[in-house]
Amino acid sequence: MSQPLLQAVGLARVYEGNHGFFSRAAGVRAVDDVTLTVGRGETLGIVGESGSGKSTTGRLVLGLETPDAGQVHFDGEPMPAHGTPEWRRWRIRMQMIYQDPLGALDRRMRITDQIREPLDIHALGDQSERDGRVGELLRAVGLSEDLAKRYPHQLSGGQRQRAVLARALATKPSLLVCDEPVSALDVSIQAQVVNLLSDLQAELGLAMLFISHDLRVVRQVSRRIAVMYLGRIVEEGDADDLFSQPVHPYTRALVSAAPVPGRKSSDRIRLQGEPPNPANRPGGCAFHPRCPVAIARCKTELPLLADLGAKRFAACHLAVPAASSAPIRTAGTLSAAGATVTTDAGMFAK
Amino acid sequence: MHSYVSLENLTVSFNGVTVLHGIDLAIARGETLGLVGESGSGKSVTWLAALGLLPGKARVSGRVMLGDQNLLTESESKLSRVRGKRIAMIFQDPASALNPMATVRRQIGEALALHRGLSGGAIKAEARRLLDLVGVPDAEHRLNCYPHEFSGGQNQRIMIAMALAGEPDLLIADEPTTALDVTIQAQVLDLLALVQRETGMALVLISHDLGVVSQICDRVAVMYAGRIVEEASADQLFDRAAHPYSRGLIGSLPAIDGPRQRLVTIGGTVPDPGKLPPGCSFAPRCAYAFADCRTTRPLLSGIGQGRNVACLLDGRLPEPAVAPTLQHEGLTL
Repeated sequence: MSQPLLQAVGLARVYEGNHGFFSRAAGVRAVDDVTLTVGRGETLGIVGESGSGKSTTGRLVLGLETPDAGQVHFDGEPMPAHGTPEWRRWRIRMQMIYQDPLGALDRRMRITDQIREPLDIHALGDQSERDGRVGELLRAVGLSEDLAKRYPHQLSGGQRQRAVLARALATKPSLLVCDEPVSALDVSIQAQVVNLLSDLQAELGLAMLFISHDLRVVRQVSRRIAVMYLGRIVEEGDADDLFSQPVHPYTRALVSAAPVPGRKSSDRIRLQGEPPNPANRPGGCAFHPRCPVAIARCKTELPLLADLGAKRFAACHLAVPAASSAPIRTAGTLSAAGATVTTDAGMFAK
Repeated sequence: MHSYVSLENLTVSFNGVTVLHGIDLAIARGETLGLVGESGSGKSVTWLAALGLLPGKARVSGRVMLGDQNLLTESESKLSRVRGKRIAMIFQDPASALNPMATVRRQIGEALALHRGLSGGAIKAEARRLLDLVGVPDAEHRLNCYPHEFSGGQNQRIMIAMALAGEPDLLIADEPTTALDVTIQAQVLDLLALVQRETGMALVLISHDLGVVSQICDRVAVMYAGRIVEEASADQLFDRAAHPYSRGLIGSLPAIDGPRQRLVTIGGTVPDPGKLPPGCSFAPRCAYAFADCRTTRPLLSGIGQGRNVACLLDGRLPEPAVAPTLQHEGLTL
């Protein structure tokens, strides 16, 4: 089938800001013109810092929130309105996992009952089939029968996240949206859950939208990665080479800031300034106030996501097609664009 | 090596459950030590205990030597002249460590008056200098702002400015960047390294993130279940960890480039402090464990080149390539 499983086009979500007594309410564009596609059995990773709109994007594609613009198509059909019976039936096939497993589980229900609950709600199978399915799920996520009889507070963080995962998989979904699924876990437990997610994905042919601020974890599980900044996708590409050859200056800074064991900090790109407030989005390219290579055009004109070839897309005026070897880096590229260089590009490459 | 502060056999228990089992650790003047471990490993408790910041029900024993002064036996009044003045501490969440009802000038000023005896105009000038030092723009004007008017990264800078107010010889930073975004984290780590170069103070960086620690630390101590299991230079540790737990921690981190490989995981979970296994606490999760590990507790001892390890194998682990395959993590729970 050529049709992608999930297709979102031009998604936007605006939250009403606080009404000041004398001032007009300012809308916060949490997500702005986001277009993404997830194929069957494929994982798309979304990375970004807080306020980049990555979680809102996840909620929009599940229909948990209604977009102010744009559409979501799942399996070729438009998403039914939130809360309708049609939408509920859709939700059998798309599930979500959050960061905090304790908050996602019902503290007063045994783990087995919680894993079984989606089957009861959607009336899938008869009693004995449901029992069998619960056993299957427990084995798939590596929880023993004994642990499953306990309550959430009696489990460790990693075990709880496994329980959440088992519950999400109960209805045999074809899409799983994972929002920071391992961020609350200790490093060694994080690795267990990441491996488990990869295994389950391979075995069940699940498609995943994997949202995280952690570049390393996202790369580990994704085939493609989209980088978000202030509500927009600024770069998208193959997981294999996105972080080794980032094109967008923000992706470069992000990769450079990610602490890597055994690497000292001296060669890091330092971003100046604070992450901007989504309620007060800079004009032009939203990244320009922090961008070490910004030119005059960046302040006025919003760069759109452009195809650079080799499955790479970037939203930057200075990005050049993948064919040329050193995008952005050389001064030649900048002067060819006929632009005033505000910062020495050499400094950026340092 | 002459040490500035040394912890000797520092032991802490809560309600009869021992959570810290005899920590020995020395910090030299001007050095940067990373203290790494997962939650519950005792890395924060170590320094809270050393500075007398634990609640009354905690039973602390051992010695914390600052020069010839044992901090554990000092009176509260003498201790409060050490805290903030000679040894300062900053925490993970700056928003809850700052007083939301007081301006930044008042909060930094309080520390300046207390530790340096400044007053009036001198306080204002020094507070401004400190804010400049930690990179808060427009310091003159921002001194009159309240914590909620700053971002998380700026609040952490303000915490650092307050900690520097007493001109401490040692700064304990407990997960100082964990609540921050990665680009801001990089800025704060750079700032800590810069401040250290300029003032020559020693720094203990407590973190669960090996990446963060390797950015600025010379030496790293890895903690597990209330004990130090390995102590080595950062280069030695990341090049070839000697303790199976350290090696597991490093293997658990996905790479940021190069080919993607299945993560090496440590099976099982951290033991409950009240139910530690006999012998080595890590033995039940250790891929290299043999019979003696379950009965004999390894002590932290030198294996040459200035590194210490608490393992019966003394760092003679098989090469990673031929290391036994760790248990399938799903089956160990």
